[in-house]
Amino acid sequence: MNKYSIFSLARNALSHHENWQKAWRSPEPKKAYDAIIVGGGGHGLATAYYLASEHGMRNIAVLEKGWIGGGNTGRNTTIVRSNYLWDESANLYEKSMKLWEGLSQELNYNVMFSQRGVYNLGHTLQDLRDIQRRVNANRLNGIDGEFVTTEQIAERIPFINTSPDSRYPILGASFQPRGGTARHDAVAWGFARAADSLGVDIIQNCEVIGIRRDGAQVTGVETSRGYIETPKIGVVVAGSTSVIAEMAELRMPIESHPLQAFVSEPIKPILDTVVMSNAVHGYVSQSDKGDLVIGAGIDGYNGYGQRGGFQTIEHTMSAIMELFPVFSRVRMNRQWGGIVDVCPDACPIIGTTPIKGLYFNCGWGTGGFKATPGSGWVFAHTVANDAPHELNAAFSLERFITGALIDEHGAAGVAH
Amino acid sequence: MLLIPCPWCGERDESEFTCAGEAHIARPLDPDSLTDDEWGDYLFHRTNTKGWHREQWHHTAGCRRFFNVLRNTVTYEIKQVYKIGEFPQGEEQ
Ligand SMILES: Cc1cc2nc3c(=O)[nH]c(=O)nc-3n(C[C@H](O)[C@H](O)[C@H](O)COP(=O)(O)OP(=O)(O)OC[C@H]3O[C@@H](n4cnc5c(N)ncnc54)[C@H](O)[C@@H]3O)c2cc1C
Ligand SMILES: [Zn+2]
Repeated sequence: MNKYSIFSLARNALSHHENWQKAWRSPEPKKAYDAIIVGGGGHGLATAYYLASEHGMRNIAVLEKGWIGGGNTGRNTTIVRSNYLWDESANLYEKSMKLWEGLSQELNYNVMFSQRGVYNLGHTLQDLRDIQRRVNANRLNGIDGEFVTTEQIAERIPFINTSPDSRYPILGASFQPRGGTARHDAVAWGFARAADSLGVDIIQNCEVIGIRRDGAQVTGVETSRGYIETPKIGVVVAGSTSVIAEMAELRMPIESHPLQAFVSEPIKPILDTVVMSNAVHGYVSQSDKGDLVIGAGIDGYNGYGQRGGFQTIEHTMSAIMELFPVFSRVRMNRQWGGIVDVCPDACPIIGTTPIKGLYFNCGWGTGGFKATPGSGWVFAHTVANDAPHELNAAFSLERFITGALIDEHGAAGVAH
Repeated sequence: MLLIPCPWCGERDESEFTCAGEAHIARPLDPDSLTDDEWGDYLFHRTNTKGWHREQWHHTAGCRRFFNVLRNTVTYEIKQVYKIGEFPQGEEQ
């Protein structure tokens, strides 16, 4: 792999940028691999990269039914933060945050990680108590966070509506300075390029349609491009989790819902941070291109169609208008939906299954982009060692039988 | 926006309704006799069908009654609406 640098940029400028090496190969699938990752989203590609770089497993493949990053990775609103309430999730998301902080260097690919800070607004006294509790819990876990008052918010975020007369007045917020955004496609492409250069086969247009077993041990996958033998299958398919689980006769505590996002026409810089509100339920940031990136809640019904309903659009827009009345004249350019894998406790499932050699990484729902590097890192450990890392041990599938749920829903104000 | 035919009120906009999840999950008659596996399955596991899905809806801003819908989770087409305690045509369970 050619290293990207100022020199390679200058050299390629001389040939009008027509001779850049392909960022990854497009190999034909081999007959067998030591491990197969199903799903070429950010999490699957990160898993493959860490399997190769940290665990020396290089005879592996990522199978993607469409194009890499075409699922939720390429459809999300890219908010990154680690200020979760409970120790288990705080530690997992903070591991990811630390990886983000060195990721562009490690991958030799600019993932445009921008630590512009994230505000989580509170609009009721109970919101404020929860926010203060969470900020304190974060600090005890060594995660940056501060409580900010309405006056501070008005000072730092021009145009936000801090009037006490609004329907849901802003009473304060948590602020995580190290939070921010990253460029979604670049994350998929950066991990793909780095994994490919370590020998990982990234195979697009290859849908997994069956899982073969010998008793309780997996032996391979049926795909739209033929049968491939492997003793280890790591499934990271977000909204399609239940479809793959059914191939192995597993039942999952997951439901798939559409989640929509919106971008506006590009405007001049107006918002240099990320603002989220759970109570009015909307969030917004501004991309480097200038468009406002907006999202809100899931559509209420189960759905696999990658689109959403009009009433959710209306709900989203009214939430944003409540926070930023000034945006009322901005036109929305595009709208789309992704299919998110919602878990009862709003926490992921990362671990082994009753079937030997079959591992699942799912349930990230509306908030897994921020976890992409950390999720890949712990899942690679799990697949390589046939056992979870201590950071993901609590996120087992068995917790829905033992009852040891990690109740981030509500507790962390868990929108993305 | 879905147009949902409530069995009592007729066709109304989706915004009047709340989806109440998978249908036909019967509360165990004798919870104490269940194993942890069975109890976990009842509480948390869902079929999450890709295709024809039997689900409950609540006419929240209308008659406030629950009913069942057979809806496709890919096309979002609604094939049938039937009352609680009943099953879709041609299916006994
Ligand atoms: C609108 C929206 C906004 C969001 N906003 C945020 C946010 O601001 N911050 C945040 O942290 N998270 C956010 N999320 C959540 C986040 O996008 C996801 O949790 C995360 O990207 C999941 O990554 P993944 O790699 O697991 O899944 P995906 O990127 O969906 O990848 C799964 C891949 O598996 C493939 N696949 C499926 N079935 C098969 C098969 N049978 N064979 C082969 N391949 C298959 C799919 O094609 C897909 O490419 C948002 C999600 C959406 C939809
Ligand atoms: Zn009705």
